[in-house]
Amino acid sequence: MTTTEPRATTPAPPASVEPRRPRRRRTLAPYVYLAPAMTLFTLFLALPIGYAVYLSLRTVKVSGLGLGSGARQEVWAGFSNYSRALGDPEFLASVGRVALYGLVLVPTMLGLALLFALLLDAKRTGVKGFSRVSIFLPYAVPSVIASLLWGFLYLPRVSPFEYVAESLGLPTADVLSSNVILFAIANIGLWGGVGFNMIVIYTALKAIPQELYEAARLDGATERGIAWRIKIPIVAPSLILTFLFSMIATLQVFAEPTTLRPLTNTISTTWSPLMKVYRDAFTRDDIYSAAATSVVIALATFVLSFGFLRLVQRRAFAQENG
Amino acid sequence: MRLHTAMKTAAVVAATAMLAAGCGGGSEGDGGSAADGPVELTFWTWAPGMEETVAEWNAANPDIQVTVNKQDGGDPAITKLLTAIKAGSGAPDLMQTEYQKIPTLVAADALADLSDVLPEDLADRYADGTWESVTLGSDAVYGVPQDSGPMQFYYRADIFEQLGLEVPETWDEYAQVAEQLHTADPSKYLGTFSANDAGWFTGLAQQAGASWWGIEGDSWSVDIDSEPTQKVAEYWGGLVEQGVIDNKPMYTPEWNAALNDGSQVGWLSAIWAPGVLEGNAPDTAGKWAMAPMPQWEAGDTATGNWGGSATSVTSQSEHPEQAAEFIAWMNGSQEGVNALVEYGSLYPADLDAQGEALAEPPAFFSQQADFYDIAAETAQGVQPFTYGPNVNVAYSAYNDEFGKATEARTADAFLAAVEAMQTATVDDLKNAGFSVAE
Repeated sequence: MTTTEPRATTPAPPASVEPRRPRRRRTLAPYVYLAPAMTLFTLFLALPIGYAVYLSLRTVKVSGLGLGSGARQEVWAGFSNYSRALGDPEFLASVGRVALYGLVLVPTMLGLALLFALLLDAKRTGVKGFSRVSIFLPYAVPSVIASLLWGFLYLPRVSPFEYVAESLGLPTADVLSSNVILFAIANIGLWGGVGFNMIVIYTALKAIPQELYEAARLDGATERGIAWRIKIPIVAPSLILTFLFSMIATLQVFAEPTTLRPLTNTISTTWSPLMKVYRDAFTRDDIYSAAATSVVIALATFVLSFGFLRLVQRRAFAQENG
Repeated sequence: MRLHTAMKTAAVVAATAMLAAGCGGGSEGDGGSAADGPVELTFWTWAPGMEETVAEWNAANPDIQVTVNKQDGGDPAITKLLTAIKAGSGAPDLMQTEYQKIPTLVAADALADLSDVLPEDLADRYADGTWESVTLGSDAVYGVPQDSGPMQFYYRADIFEQLGLEVPETWDEYAQVAEQLHTADPSKYLGTFSANDAGWFTGLAQQAGASWWGIEGDSWSVDIDSEPTQKVAEYWGGLVEQGVIDNKPMYTPEWNAALNDGSQVGWLSAIWAPGVLEGNAPDTAGKWAMAPMPQWEAGDTATGNWGGSATSVTSQSEHPEQAAEFIAWMNGSQEGVNALVEYGSLYPADLDAQGEALAEPPAFFSQQADFYDIAAETAQGVQPFTYGPNVNVAYSAYNDEFGKATEARTADAFLAAVEAMQTATVDDLKNAGFSVAE
């Protein structure tokens, strides 16, 4: 009864507005939800990266003596910053050092992390909580502090190790000398990194259903056999993840060598690629070539990470997909 | 130093800009100070005793209040300043500027020209060489000298006496004493060659007659790889190769321990050494003595400079006039200089005020009554030295190249390091577009 009357007096508007409103809401809604993330992403990731790329294509040209205002001018540099970065023997040497550092550090660190995780997971381990915390604790120590602590332990005259070795008549070695400095730095990374990786692997181990172990034991598998045949293959994805993180961290090693540098002659200001970026930007005041080197490092990290993932993906995740 | 058209023009332009800014700022400031209270100035410094010195000024000058912002040290503070200048804001009003950093900062347009806001006769209070390092030989004034660091030889008088060693007067004698000492007690060294302290090596090269940069016409010249520096490098490389001089860097916990327990028996350092020794080797109070630097030619009185700073006003300061007034008081008046010496044990650059302020030897050397008489004599012998616009590059090349050389422990490696420093410095200048004289 009432339905026909309003329709006659106010015909179109309600009918046409009503269905349109929800449609507009539907189209706007995703953007509203995305806005905070997009804003943060743009402000704190995309823009800085864009600015770094822009800077890497610029350079400062000085005229004459370069004194007084107006003597410096920012100009386009094309790819000259890039060609200089890639052709710089110091940069290549730093890449070589870091590659070796990674070869030493990553397998040792992940091997120890896996070993500790398996030990913690094994049935007979006592004082689990305490062991877990004490292995994890170094990860909570900032790497600068860790490097200072280790630096004091490395310096022969102030090191308690040296003191003990000397009083016992044992031979002492200078760990800051050029042959072993790489291992001394890797040791700090190892000390700080094992705990974190162990927790990641240990968490994955905890998620393995107990039935698998029971079945294995019924079939007569030993603890070692279970670890080797069941646990390690199942936590392989975690191992890949930790390997990826460690590889990226290796490419970005900075705090440890920078903190140790004043204590020894054997660490140059371009020891690692990021140290070279820092030196160029802040010691040499050449933010442009520093930006170019950063872009190169970022691209290399990207290529290595995704290349590695592609390589292992099929094999590692095959069993999950059946 | 000759004045060149480009620099003159630059100076005139800068001065005009300053005048305009000064007038605007002045009238605003006059109105402002009545309405908004005192002018607030921030001061980045890492020199000891600055808080106390500034407190004296603040108590006497309620209209110009200075706030000290303590910095970590020369390099990080300069990095921060250059970043702030690039960003366009965030720089302090006042900045402690080491002499070797001034050309870099001027080239980055970080410092204000104070020639119009400083008292006219201020320059007369300083040695010509010192004043030139704040003008760079132009009409502009980029700061007022605060302290200087003429180098001397510091040694453990007690150990010298015990082992019957003579205080070396020439570098030949220094090498002999180093050998005698190390032979008598292999745990002891007369010094160390530090690859981490470029300023120290610069001072040694300066004593030998080097001047690493120069201005030729409208071009910079770089003269690191030349006879005086090569001579110094070869000499030290020889001592390190022989093993009679240590090769560990200075300013490490290990070096402090060695100073404190008598393994480091000597230190070629500068006038501020007593403060460092007091802090790093407190157990050795009263055991040290100071003598002039060993000489290349017997009878000479040459020395170099290690450290020393001016106080500058940054190009971002809105109150250059008031800032200049404060600097002139602190670095160029009897009252200010007395405070610098009393609270910070600095060796003031102000020659007029020096005599009264330095009546007593520093506490750590209280047994050496003629400490500041010897210092004043050695200060006369500071050799001229010109810094260039990329001291930072040369210094970081020093760290890397001499780091390698001290590890290699050969005189040849030391010479190669000097050559590499020269190449790195010239390449950087050319790459930035500076015109470089060959």
